[in-house]
Amino acid sequence: MISLGQDEIAKYPFLAEAGQYLNDKGFTLEQFATDPDLKIIVDKAYERIESAAEGKIYNPKTDNSSDKDIILPLNVFSFLIAIVLLKLSGLNTLINRFSLAEARRAEKFLERDLVSDSNKTSEEFAIKIFRDVFSITIKKAGDYFVIPISDYLQHAVNFHELEWKLVNRHVENGMVFLTPHESARLIRKELGGYIGTKIRAANTPPMSKGFEDKVHKLSNLAKKFVVDTVVSTEIPPCIEHAIEALNKGENLSHSGRFMLATFLLGRGQTVDEIAPLFKNAPDYNEKITRYQIKQVAGETGGNRTKYACPSCEKIKSNDLCFATPDCDNIINPMQFGKKRL
Amino acid sequence: MLENNLKFLEETFKQYYFDHFDLIRVPDRSTEREYGYKKFNSGMSRHISLKTDKDLHLLLMTNLPSDVFCSNGYYSFPNLPMTEKDWKEADLIFDIDAKDLNLPCRKDHTCIKCTSCGEVSLLQDVCPKCKSNKLDRLSLPCQNCISGVKKEVLNLVKILTTDLRIDDKNIRISFSGNEGFHLHVTNSSYNQLGSKERGDLIDYIMFRRAIPERFGFKKNNPSRSSFPDLDDPGWSGRVAKDLFGSKSKRSKGITKIISDGYPVYRQRLEEMGKNSIGVKIDPNVTVDIHRIFRLEGSLNSKSGLAKLACENIEKFNPYTEACLIGDEPVEISANSPIEFRLKNRGFGPYTNEKISVPKYAAAYMLCKGIANLA
Repeated sequence: MISLGQDEIAKYPFLAEAGQYLNDKGFTLEQFATDPDLKIIVDKAYERIESAAEGKIYNPKTDNSSDKDIILPLNVFSFLIAIVLLKLSGLNTLINRFSLAEARRAEKFLERDLVSDSNKTSEEFAIKIFRDVFSITIKKAGDYFVIPISDYLQHAVNFHELEWKLVNRHVENGMVFLTPHESARLIRKELGGYIGTKIRAANTPPMSKGFEDKVHKLSNLAKKFVVDTVVSTEIPPCIEHAIEALNKGENLSHSGRFMLATFLLGRGQTVDEIAPLFKNAPDYNEKITRYQIKQVAGETGGNRTKYACPSCEKIKSNDLCFATPDCDNIINPMQFGKKRL
Repeated sequence: MLENNLKFLEETFKQYYFDHFDLIRVPDRSTEREYGYKKFNSGMSRHISLKTDKDLHLLLMTNLPSDVFCSNGYYSFPNLPMTEKDWKEADLIFDIDAKDLNLPCRKDHTCIKCTSCGEVSLLQDVCPKCKSNKLDRLSLPCQNCISGVKKEVLNLVKILTTDLRIDDKNIRISFSGNEGFHLHVTNSSYNQLGSKERGDLIDYIMFRRAIPERFGFKKNNPSRSSFPDLDDPGWSGRVAKDLFGSKSKRSKGITKIISDGYPVYRQRLEEMGKNSIGVKIDPNVTVDIHRIFRLEGSLNSKSGLAKLACENIEKFNPYTEACLIGDEPVEISANSPIEFRLKNRGFGPYTNEKISVPKYAAAYMLCKGIANLA
């Protein structure tokens, strides 16, 4: 584990061992639930979750005259108590939103630390987080940071924006060049995942009277994020194109057939309904077609894997994408026409 | 395939393997690999594990396979079903095939075989005999295609060794046994990548989905200085060379690009990927981390030629060097509307003719489906 100074623990509170930290500062959890002087921290913890739920980054207004020795621990406590409240509420949506918001907060500090030419220690600490928490070796190269291509790819594939594709990066000698901002952005998802995992792994303390009110408020807060969706019967242009090609007797590629079959299976069609679509294919053989669709549906074969419809990304790289504005930035054809009520 | 053709090919392949045990070996870390094979007229058997060259030779002699494969992946338990194999890593593999280059010579050495009536004829949309549109395309040897593929291979090697910094000692190039080349990269930092990550690497190599911003064109206020230069590393340099040709033409070229506008530039980049600078690898092969890939030294049942490593790809002539079946005469009845060359000897065209040809040519035509044993 990384050793943390007071500054660092305030920026990256998720790196601290929660119980240990409270102990070191001479507090117990009960005190927060009962001591009226500490109520302000519980309030701050709630605010921290609330702003996370709304997609904002927690950034409490600080009184400039306040002593750094008070402000920094306050930030850490509010984080730790927020976790206690989340654990007591057991609400997964809120844990996810909180993890992501905290990741974005930490990302800002990481970025700042990577740029800070004046402060070598902060820079080294940020690089250490990359190495120890995410096993990525980043090195400084002028104004940039360089990271090995294989490390880069493992993180960058989580992004859908084209600018993150390797082809749109400065690549040289096995290394990818990134600005401090991009370096920090690269691990946002993993930071969120890391924070989320730590929260989920934490013990749930017994409920205290002092926390009941806040936990109740959290349940109400979570209700806002339940969305009802409806799926239309429309089919996306890639699927339409594939069906058309088959109807015309054109030879649809293996990946095209796979896409079509998985999509229709995903929409609830049966092997009997799907097989006839392929009858115009130049190499049609009913027995083989049915066997293959069954295989994809997981109805036969050794491991009974049911295959999911490939992502838009994959479909694009197989030259099977014919996106229209109706696609509306979906990342998988299955999402086409899915609307929030 | 007809019974006697099948018997002949099985015997011929078996003889080849018996005579060439030295060429066909298990690769490094054999016990972590999955093997598979196909037989003529039958499906694939896979999830096989082999320890030594002897095990492999025994498999060849007892099963008489038409094609033999070995995984690029390494597993703890290669002979268990896929979900239980416990994947560890996979070599990076590439397939560059002449059919994906769409060269203009293609139509001159491709014929069609009707799947309904079996008629073989020159390239056309329907079978001239029964008018069916269910046709197989058969491509016969073409040196121009091979030269084209070699050029792509060399471009790929350049990218692998410079941009991706792969040691060229770890890259093995081999002729695929039909009309392409395979590249096999071992011990690289890319072995751990999953298929999604390999997908991004593929787009990089094929120069797909490049955006104008990366190559100097900011949508709202393009600046001349940010356009790529010929000395730039990686794609920037290659794009600059393709766009401008020479340093002296760069300035004029940039003026033109800016005046043509952003959408034109984006289109231009896309076309460059498809038609010029992008390397034409088969994405389905490289993305696959569980693939069983043709084993070096084995014969390809599409042609009867061997998959063979080439030390010097520029000098390598697959139609002589990979043609390793014997030359005793065999009587066949051939139907090849196109002339082709193997081992520096011309064959065809034949119209349903009974002829006597060397065994390697007979096997080639039987594999292609344009001849039967007489």
